[in-house]
Amino acid sequence: MNETSAATPGLAEETEAAAGTVQSTDDTVGEIYVDDPRMTCRNVDVYYGEKQAIFDVSLDIGKNQVISMIGPSGCGKSTFLRCLNRMNDTIDGCRVTGQIKMDEQDIYDGGLDVVPLRASVGMVFQKPNPFPKSIYDNIAYGPKIHGLSDNKEHLDSIVETSLQRAGLWEEAKDRLDQPGTGLSGGQQQRLCIARAIAVSPEVILMDEPCSALDPIATAKIEELIDELRERFTIAIVTHSMQQAARVSQRTAYFHLGKLIEVGETDQIFTSPRHKLTEDYITGRFG
Amino acid sequence: MNNQQQQHQKTMDRVQQGLDRRYRQERHFRWLGMGAIILGLVFVSFLFITIISNGYTAFQQTYVKLDVFYDPEMIAPVGETNPQVLSKADYGGLIKASMRDMFPEVTNRREKKVLYGLISSGASYEIRDAVMNNPELIGTKGEVWVVADDDFDMLIKGHIDLRLPESDRRIKDNQLAWIHDLQEQDRVEKRFNTTFFTAGDSREPELSGIKGAAYGSFFTLLICLVLAFPIGVAAAVYLEEFAPKNRWTDIIEVNINNLAAVPSIVFGLLGLAVFINFFGLPRSVPLVGGLVLALMTLPTIIIASRAALKSVPPSIREAALGVGASPMQTITHHVLPLALPGMLTGTIIGMAQALGETAPLLMIGMVAFIVDVPGSVMDPSAVLPVQIYLWADSPERAFVERTSAAIMILLAFLISMNLLAVWLRKKFERRW
Ligand SMILES: Nc1ncnc2c1ncn2[C@@H]1O[C@H](COP(=O)(O)OP(=O)(O)OP(=O)(O)O)[C@@H](O)[C@H]1O
Ligand SMILES: [Mg+2]
Repeated sequence: MNETSAATPGLAEETEAAAGTVQSTDDTVGEIYVDDPRMTCRNVDVYYGEKQAIFDVSLDIGKNQVISMIGPSGCGKSTFLRCLNRMNDTIDGCRVTGQIKMDEQDIYDGGLDVVPLRASVGMVFQKPNPFPKSIYDNIAYGPKIHGLSDNKEHLDSIVETSLQRAGLWEEAKDRLDQPGTGLSGGQQQRLCIARAIAVSPEVILMDEPCSALDPIATAKIEELIDELRERFTIAIVTHSMQQAARVSQRTAYFHLGKLIEVGETDQIFTSPRHKLTEDYITGRFG
Repeated sequence: MNNQQQQHQKTMDRVQQGLDRRYRQERHFRWLGMGAIILGLVFVSFLFITIISNGYTAFQQTYVKLDVFYDPEMIAPVGETNPQVLSKADYGGLIKASMRDMFPEVTNRREKKVLYGLISSGASYEIRDAVMNNPELIGTKGEVWVVADDDFDMLIKGHIDLRLPESDRRIKDNQLAWIHDLQEQDRVEKRFNTTFFTAGDSREPELSGIKGAAYGSFFTLLICLVLAFPIGVAAAVYLEEFAPKNRWTDIIEVNINNLAAVPSIVFGLLGLAVFINFFGLPRSVPLVGGLVLALMTLPTIIIASRAALKSVPPSIREAALGVGASPMQTITHHVLPLALPGMLTGTIIGMAQALGETAPLLMIGMVAFIVDVPGSVMDPSAVLPVQIYLWADSPERAFVERTSAAIMILLAFLISMNLLAVWLRKKFERRW
């Protein structure tokens, strides 16, 4: 039993600690690096005013992978996710330190402006939030403001393919001019996904996208995530362990603002190394 | 188990005991509420009934039919068309001649003067206009309906109490006899009072109208709206969406709220000191009135607009920012359209307040007696509430009904503005 060395990233792999034996929360257990990262986060701290919500999180997000973030309520999953497209900028008194890079460009240090950043890192929110406009306008808005379409036909085709990819085309094609807010909850969430992919981002962040949905709508969205993985990099926050297991390749477990453990999804769910991860997964906690 | 049941029984008893009192409270509250509403309705209907019963007669005016001989000796030779010559002729003389013909028995000079007084002094302008429009009338005879004097008008409308002794009446016995004669000959008629809507103020009630004041109000409100709406909305958007939340913005917020509660006369004094004395703008003009009312309305608009912006759900902003809209795009494309109905409602309510505002306008000289209908924001003019104040101050009985009529017009404007506000809210209200 060598807790201290196991807690050091990189070394963990070699020491091969037994399941659920690590107890220190000082360092992340597991492999935070990936071979082909799209985004790299190093020593990220987030403060809301005086209160620190994220403590020294380092994590890579691999290309064309789905990484899921799990953990008890209030542990900072949403906060961390919102760092990745600088949505935290909109909250008064929120401060982010550390380094977050996307394709070698620092997103907080003036290397990349927020507008192009958010165009390439899309977000789907926990509560479906379509604009109170038509379904068509909801999806066309992003491409329009970024000047992605050359003409009306092109815009039409962007709208159609986005809806098709989000699995909403069949239900929505006859009512494109009707308000997006008139759709059902699950349809609205798929509309929001379509809106996010219409600007062809490289990364899509999803914050509990299925928390308000029934099992059928959830299954549709999970299918969708699996398909989207071919083109996009996806980071998803979820409270459902089954969902994390079904859709993601890597899983990160957060606890009280710290990244406790990260690794291949199979490994996290079958043989978690950290005591807290094991407790959470086996339902003893959270 | 038994213990638990007892406990349950006790709870039920307690609840039952309190139940009557709770329901009684609820009933009392409902009665109080209904009483308040009924009281309010009673006051409003009382207000409307008095105003309408006092004012409706002002929409009619008594006219008298005269046989006029367009005497070439008094006007100009037959064939004269030069307007300058025509406009200078003595048309009052034509009317007097016609009256003398009708009542040849009146010979005393004093009595003659009283007789001529039955016809409004404005009647001669009517005849002048008729002749200038059609110079061929000269040398012919014709019937003309002319405006009766206000006392004559009041008598016809039944506002003069004939039971009073002659010395207390505005209409004397000899006038009564002449009027009776005129009525016998079907020469007296009540017609719709167009003058009221086409003339400015006048010392003679029968010649006075609200057009001047209505135009004055319109120009004043136009200036007020053009200034206060964009500035107010811009200030609200800046404070709500861009300004950092710190001590300075708190101070600004408190001050705006204070400003909304400052008595309006203070804004009048400010306008007098700044716009008239310092910037040297003329007195009594709608421009200055509009500037002062804009200052007064700004806090209302800012507060209403901020509330409207606050009510736009943050999820809409997040959605827009999330697809990469800049803060300005987020506001102009999504937040403003959603907040606009609330902003418009606030603005219209502010405008309605401004429309009814009198005190600050008195300070900047809009209380002057102005006959001409203003043609621009730089022409001196009155406004509706000030016109009401001026007429209410006049002794003639005929101004009483005109005061009420002007109030009715003002109320009609106010009600339609408020209906517009309700309609806008209903039309643009969106759910999310
Ligand atoms: N706007 C904010 N201002 C201040 N504190 C905040 C704010 N948002 C979140 N926090 C705090 O930051 C911590 C992390 O919150 P976060 O929303 O990231 O949790 P979460 O893991 O997403 O929880 P959940 O699973 O319930 O969504 C919490 O303690 C929360 O109270
Ligand atoms: Mg969350």
